[in-house]
Amino acid sequence: MLSGVRLYLRYIGVSVRSQMQYPASFVMLTLGAFLITGIEFIGIWALLHRFGNLKGWALSEIALLYGMVQVAFSLSDATSRGFDTFAGMIKAGDFDRLLLRPRNAAHQLAGQELTLRRAGRFSQGLVILLWAASALHIAWSAATIGLVVASILGGACLFFGLIVLQATLAFWTTESLEIVNTVTYGGVETAQYPLTIYRPWFRKFFTGVIPLACVNYFPALAILGRPAPWGLPWVSPLVGVGFLAMALQIWKVGVRRYCSTGS
Amino acid sequence: MRAYWAIVSARFRMLLQYRAAAAAGFGTQLFWGLVRIMILEAFYRSTTAKQPMSLEQAIDYIWLGQAMLMMLPAWLDIEVTAMIRSGTVVYELLRPLDLYSLWFSRAVAARTAPTVLRAVPMFIAAGLFFGLRAPASPASAAAWLLAVLGALLLTCAISTLLTISLLWTISGEGIFQLTNTCMWIFSGMLVPLPLFPDWAQGALNVLPFRGLMDIPARLYSGNLSPGVAGALFLHQVLWAAGLILIGRLLLARGARRLVVQGG
Repeated sequence: MLSGVRLYLRYIGVSVRSQMQYPASFVMLTLGAFLITGIEFIGIWALLHRFGNLKGWALSEIALLYGMVQVAFSLSDATSRGFDTFAGMIKAGDFDRLLLRPRNAAHQLAGQELTLRRAGRFSQGLVILLWAASALHIAWSAATIGLVVASILGGACLFFGLIVLQATLAFWTTESLEIVNTVTYGGVETAQYPLTIYRPWFRKFFTGVIPLACVNYFPALAILGRPAPWGLPWVSPLVGVGFLAMALQIWKVGVRRYCSTGS
Repeated sequence: MRAYWAIVSARFRMLLQYRAAAAAGFGTQLFWGLVRIMILEAFYRSTTAKQPMSLEQAIDYIWLGQAMLMMLPAWLDIEVTAMIRSGTVVYELLRPLDLYSLWFSRAVAARTAPTVLRAVPMFIAAGLFFGLRAPASPASAAAWLLAVLGALLLTCAISTLLTISLLWTISGEGIFQLTNTCMWIFSGMLVPLPLFPDWAQGALNVLPFRGLMDIPARLYSGNLSPGVAGALFLHQVLWAAGLILIGRLLLARGARRLVVQGG
């Protein structure tokens, strides 16, 4: 276990050093990502400026949803690069090399890269989140702050699980399935607004199939002091962790049936 | 002129082959359009105040944006980029053709072929199932077609200008991110432009970007009357002419100081 952590840190160290070979490029890409991922919030602001409220939700409340999901997604996006590019690895037959090494394949993929320029989305989401925290007139307690952190971590696990599932599909299809991007990027977009504005089938999809509401909307209800339908917002972030665990189990099934494309 | 037309038609037919990419994009855009519409519906239900654009018009606007997405100059010409990076761009200079017209012709094909592939299924699906209406009147339909032509000129002028900027920047990522950010906000892709605050409308009307998406979409839905189509077409054409002029001047300077990369 401990050696696993040390190995992961070694992997990450290598990845960070290699990205830092081009510091100017890193700064510009990060700054660009900060701006590009931030324009989504300009859209939210413009709509609230025009319409006044969204079914009784104010800008600062939506900003809480927005900040939490943006930070969660950026964490997953920064750490899941190995799985994200996995289909290419299968195609080229490179996965064989990983299997030959005396380490867990998922562990090696997770350590492949810590994508530093995701700091752009991370800091952008964090700025909005901190603004929401100060604008919200909430008496922050250790419990509510803990719930924000737990939701973010649960959300990061959920998004990471989705990327693992996308990679796992490549065992069968050998292609990267772009359709999964619809639920990751689309999920980020969806989670920026309160769940109740969507149609019932859509709500059920993002609660039951992809449990995004459990790591964002339900905890936010408790944080904002709104009535929560389940009374469960305090445990719902754990659903994200469960989702990742399930995805890794399915991944193992895929590894077992893996048949190299190799030449 | 015949030579350039041959380039447009050859490239167009070649780009029509990328049907799998178009099919994948279609699914994503359909999802995206649905989410946007649900969000807008919720906003419209949250207020009783009169809005500068009806919900039905906003829904048309969203679907037209999704259908015509590939018209936006948001993608670099990969082949010319590779040529500039590898130095083989000198072969382009040797051709007995005007380089600007050559690159402009490539842009015409690169913007129209993927648009045709995506717009046709999107119009059918959105029209049958998701609330996209027919043009408000025959006059609106004619005005829309004229504005699409203007948008094509404008998008190709911007595309070619961005390609030319590669002669200086080589990687182009920075300038590209910047224009993409501006375009996403100011063309109406982020939020329909009439829904931005009233104080912003003056500036939005002057900028070139609304000619890419906002003008055609509003003429289609009747949000802008067909009577102003002529003036709006002039807006598009004047901006396109200005950007073409700048592009030609920059290309003339760039070709003179061109340093070929590589050996």
